[in-house]
Amino acid sequence: MAERMGFFTDTSVCIGCKACEVACKEWNGVPDDGFNLLGMSYDNTGGLDANSWRHVAFIEQPAAARPAPAAEQPDFRWLMMSDVCKHCTHAACLDVCPTGALFRTEFDTVVVQEDICNGCGYCIPACPYGVIDQRKGDGRAWKCTMCYDRIGDGLMPACATACPTESIQYGPLDELRARASQRVADLQSDGARLYGADPDNGVGGTHAFFLLLDEPEVYGLPPDPVVTTRDLPKMWRKAGLAALAMAGAAVAAFLGASR
Amino acid sequence: MKERRMVPSAEFRSYYGRPVVKAPVWRHDIAAYLFTGGLAAGSALLAAGADLTGRRGLRRAGRVAALGALGASTYFLINDLGRPERFHHMLRVVKPTSPMSMGSWILTAFGSAAGVAAASELVPRGFVGTAGRAAGLAAAALAPPLATYTAVLLADTATPSWHEAYPELPFIFAGSALASGAALLILTARPARTEPAAVPAGDADRGTLVQLCIYLRDRLTSTALATRLDQALNQVGVSTVEPTGERFDPSHHEAGGTLPTTDSKLVGTIATVEAPGYADRGVLLRPPVVTVYQRRQA
Repeated sequence: MAERMGFFTDTSVCIGCKACEVACKEWNGVPDDGFNLLGMSYDNTGGLDANSWRHVAFIEQPAAARPAPAAEQPDFRWLMMSDVCKHCTHAACLDVCPTGALFRTEFDTVVVQEDICNGCGYCIPACPYGVIDQRKGDGRAWKCTMCYDRIGDGLMPACATACPTESIQYGPLDELRARASQRVADLQSDGARLYGADPDNGVGGTHAFFLLLDEPEVYGLPPDPVVTTRDLPKMWRKAGLAALAMAGAAVAAFLGASR
Repeated sequence: MKERRMVPSAEFRSYYGRPVVKAPVWRHDIAAYLFTGGLAAGSALLAAGADLTGRRGLRRAGRVAALGALGASTYFLINDLGRPERFHHMLRVVKPTSPMSMGSWILTAFGSAAGVAAASELVPRGFVGTAGRAAGLAAAALAPPLATYTAVLLADTATPSWHEAYPELPFIFAGSALASGAALLILTARPARTEPAAVPAGDADRGTLVQLCIYLRDRLTSTALATRLDQALNQVGVSTVEPTGERFDPSHHEAGGTLPTTDSKLVGTIATVEAPGYADRGVLLRPPVVTVYQRRQA
């Protein structure tokens, strides 16, 4: 296997230009998801779905919500963040996929094979981040591939290439984690924290992780995501017990019946 | 001392109030499948029980119902796919981490067995009958997994209410599968007394004469002639059934009326026989119509 690759998205330098969204659409030929006015600040994308594999969140936050407002600061601040598929170490979408359409690449990322997916839709409620989605009119499930067709040739993913501020950084996961821990130490006083970098979290750490300036919920991220298949052995055991009970009930019904 | 909260109560926050996880994209087909899949499992299990205890009518109804419900299930499952023409991709891999993959294999195996069992009802003799029993038992063995894997499928998601319900969900699915299978069989199976009585001698003419004698016996007003006819019937092996004093059993007796009593020992026993039943060499031709003692209401 090649080296584990990933994204480190440093939201502290994101300027909300949406170049990542555009570059992703252009490179991957992703169709539009409707040109809707959502009334959510400068965000008309809304969130990640089958036709949006990068999504820039815009949060207009009053100064009161800041940890330590200084004297010469405006009365609000911008939080901008380019969200993407997390490419979990323990990926629920991949675990539950019944066709094998979702697979783990040599870069340890998670990709859907579009010629295999039959649109069963199971991966969609399985994802703890609400990333993967079914494309209407197409029927199959789609999400970020971390530009599998670029990184195999040594190129950077389209979004990271287009990012003008290096908010989106692509590279070997170990290197990115080291860089991120240095960055979060530098920005400690601004309330910076890493999200998804911990290999001991509920999904075994993610290949796309983030430096955030507020609680994950503010950005629409789950605070404590857990891969649903962690409980699967317990679920199968309960189902086995229920199956035995069902068989037992049928046997009892016939044994107890008078002819 | 009054208890007090050590942590502030949680407040839902998200990006402009949007849900964090995606809603399932499954349509009404999947809800319909959860019912028909359970129905197929319940019917197949009960059909095997009927087979092993010699209830042929119940067995036939169960096997046919299982195949019908399975057919409906297959339609619903394929129709809900985003790419229905790729339904066979479900059988590319065997994946225990995917309840849907396991379910596809369970359903395929169950379908083959239930198909053979139902087909054997159309050609019920000889080898096919034996194959029918084997297939019916195989379908019954796969029925409990078929009824319960769907619970694991729903629970194995990030949908919070489904995931949290995983300890109870399979029991609900198993129970409802058995209940719906049993309910369908009650609707389709005919009551015991209206089942065509088997004529052991295989002599259709004899059967016709016996039925005619019973018909006449019911309408006779002369006790002497009735006794004479009963003797004749007895000689060819047809006996009258007059269970006065026995416990009332709805599978063998037909209740014609009740008689109030205060004696608790008598409650539930047969007071009088209004019309005798008939049995041909032990096989009940017609149940007796009886009056049953019932507790007098205070």
